[in-house]
Amino acid sequence: MSSVEHTHEHTRRDFIYIATGAVGAVGLAASLWPFIAQMNPDASTIAAGAPIEVDLAPIAEGQVIKVFWRSKPIFINHRTKKEIEEARAVNVATLPDPEPDEKRVKPGHDAWQVLIGICTHLGCIPIAHQGDYNGYFCPCHGSQYDTSGRIRRGPAPANLSLPPYEFVSDTKIRIGGSATA
Amino acid sequence: MSGHSTYQPQNALLKWFERRLPIIGLMYSSFVVYPTPRNLNYWWTFGGILTVMLGVQLVTGIILAMHYTPHVDHAFNSVEHIMRDVNYGWLLRYLHSNGASMFFLAVYIHMARGLYYGSYKDPREVLWILGVILFLLMIATGFMGYVLPWGQMSFWAATVITNLFSAIPGVGESIVTWLLGGYAVGNPTLNRFYSLHYLLPFVIVGVVVLHVWALHVAGQNNPIGIEPKSEKDTVAFTPYATVKDAFFMVVFFILYAWFVFYVPNYLGHPDNYIPANPAVTPTHIVPEWYYLPFYAILRAIPNKLLGVVALLASIVILAFLPWLDTSRVRSATYRPLYRQFFWILVVAFIGLGYLGSKPPEGAYVIAARILTAYYFAHFIIILPLIGLIETPRPLPTSISQAVLSKAKVAVLAVAVVLAGMGGLGSAVAAEQAPPPRNKWSFAGPFGLYDRAQLQRGFKVYKEVCQVCHGLALLSFRNLAEPGGPEFSRAQAEAIAAEYRVQDGPNDQGEMFERPGRLADRFPAPFPNEQAARARYGGFPVDQSVIAKARGYERGFPWFILDAVTQYQEHGVDYLVALLQGYAPQPPPEVTIPAGLYYNTYFPGHAIAMPQPLTDGRVDYSDGSPQTVAQYAKDVAAFLMWAAEPHMEARKRIGFQVMIFLIVFAALMYFTKKKVWKEVEAPTEAGQVPVEGKP
Repeated sequence: MSSVEHTHEHTRRDFIYIATGAVGAVGLAASLWPFIAQMNPDASTIAAGAPIEVDLAPIAEGQVIKVFWRSKPIFINHRTKKEIEEARAVNVATLPDPEPDEKRVKPGHDAWQVLIGICTHLGCIPIAHQGDYNGYFCPCHGSQYDTSGRIRRGPAPANLSLPPYEFVSDTKIRIGGSATA
Repeated sequence: MSGHSTYQPQNALLKWFERRLPIIGLMYSSFVVYPTPRNLNYWWTFGGILTVMLGVQLVTGIILAMHYTPHVDHAFNSVEHIMRDVNYGWLLRYLHSNGASMFFLAVYIHMARGLYYGSYKDPREVLWILGVILFLLMIATGFMGYVLPWGQMSFWAATVITNLFSAIPGVGESIVTWLLGGYAVGNPTLNRFYSLHYLLPFVIVGVVVLHVWALHVAGQNNPIGIEPKSEKDTVAFTPYATVKDAFFMVVFFILYAWFVFYVPNYLGHPDNYIPANPAVTPTHIVPEWYYLPFYAILRAIPNKLLGVVALLASIVILAFLPWLDTSRVRSATYRPLYRQFFWILVVAFIGLGYLGSKPPEGAYVIAARILTAYYFAHFIIILPLIGLIETPRPLPTSISQAVLSKAKVAVLAVAVVLAGMGGLGSAVAAEQAPPPRNKWSFAGPFGLYDRAQLQRGFKVYKEVCQVCHGLALLSFRNLAEPGGPEFSRAQAEAIAAEYRVQDGPNDQGEMFERPGRLADRFPAPFPNEQAARARYGGFPVDQSVIAKARGYERGFPWFILDAVTQYQEHGVDYLVALLQGYAPQPPPEVTIPAGLYYNTYFPGHAIAMPQPLTDGRVDYSDGSPQTVAQYAKDVAAFLMWAAEPHMEARKRIGFQVMIFLIVFAALMYFTKKKVWKEVEAPTEAGQVPVEGKP
């Protein structure tokens, strides 16, 4: 039903058409950004994710406490001598994710194991002091971690991750960054 | 009319698909080869604009729903959370709130075009009635959306509009209770309105599909109102109509962007930045501008039931237009008598809108009654009559032979409305003296906050206002964010640490106080409203959005010019005037009750707050004068920033968007010209390009 022939228009690569199309495409692409960016964490969420300080003094030897930083559970494990020895007696080369225990604690603070308590398999929360290695046992899919939080058996691909933290004093840590952050 | 699909896919996979679901062919025949009358003018682009605006409202609305909390305790603050914390939240919310206005602006133009060119006549009655249904759905959706921010206007709009149903004899009260889900507007009401506000746009999408379907069955009307007779009378939808629609859409978006980026609160009402308060009705309650004409009709009738009936009838009557209009000629271009009455109707409708915004008293009520009577008379008496007595001008034999007259009455009509408004405005008693205007660094399209002024203003707030007034929506971190007072991070941390913030419970299960941190909000100066009333004898309002929650009537014609000059400092000008407006001795004709104070600029003059500022009360370290005038300006500027913390980003992005849109509009214009060149060139005798009517 079209009344006008315009076939030659389609073949001619006309500057104005290309310019209009290009400017329109750039504008469309740029205007998409706010619609995407709005789903990232908002300013109040980011501000609430600021570092937290935890007093270690009340934590007895052999006790694991759970604190929240950026809505994630952080396990703070005051390890016993036996637990430290168990963690260090392992031949690191035989582990699925080889990493010595010394690298998973702060120097001079061997007793304090600070971990992000989220199973590296699919995000469940492991249970402390459980499983064949007396470390952490994930009830969802049976991953087993040792007293250093290293994966030993099960579907999880990696050791429990460590949050950024530092010792402010011998009995106090700051989780989430340095004093200036 | 839409004809059979001429789409024949070449690709084997597409052939396979097309045999099973011929959707590409349907799109091709509906939006590519579909024949449109070649003489459509720009008034015909508003259908496309409306479709795009519906899309914009859907997308921004779905996004806002991701961040909004439909609960009476959180709704207001969650909207402010969107405005302050969500990435580009202010943009998305202003796009949505101003988008509603643009949507209604476009629909009114779309409807007026239908009226002018007789687009409702045979064979387009069903198409037209679907349009009236769409308009009703839009009204319902817009109203429920307006309730969601849970400001004072939201709450009282919900109360007033649901109470319309109480006019129904016998069962009215039961219906209102059922609608509200309670004895008054409350949380159940907000929840269901939110649910329906999310649902109805999709219903609108469905009816739009029917509307477009009906359009493609009957074919488009056109400015001369005679059906296309041959292929010479039509052009293909793509590229001709597509490029023309797209060009004008970009032009329309310039207007939209002007409101979003430069005067985003112009079309709103300051009272809706006051959180909903079931105990206090705003002194002057008005709906959004796009409902004003109907609101005026409601108020013009001095009987509750009849008022509601008239309100509903004023919209429903449009559905009967195809049968009320007795003329067989469609286009007003060939109906000299109808054309005049059309413009009178437009004037009456705009006049009703103006009256709807005015208090229902004196000359306003009388004028509203006259215009209401005229509005109905137009449809019931004038329209059927002029169809019988009018002698239409001879119609051209075909579209391609049409020559349109260039007579323009629009300018004249608008002038008449404006003159009428001015006359009425001055006829009604003058109100309180308006606050004097100040020079603000943040005024205008490129205005920025004066950092030093905001820092001084914060000092005034902290040392004076804060004793009674909270700043609940602000966090200490905001003080260090770009576009504000821009304290250093260390300064902001130090300020935060001066405050005691409640936290807990601790391991003993007790709440405790600790120094404030950047992420904390400013603590309230009192635990609750009752405590404040007991301590201060009044309720000192929170000041987080006070600069946007206050304003004053600018009156005609200033309120129109303000949209152009971008004057939106009503709130801060009022605050400055208020803080300096104390007089030790009220004028003899004013009596101030005990415990209240006289203030020239406070509505009613009796204010509970004693004069807060005195010369020298706050020490400035930068050498600025330590006077009440300076304090007032500084603290008002600070509160403007507190209410609109992303203003600088808004104007910066606004400028980029404006430049882009203007360049793109120019490019689109030349593209459109190029595409249309061969169609518009008069290749035959009698064929004349037709543009830009009426």
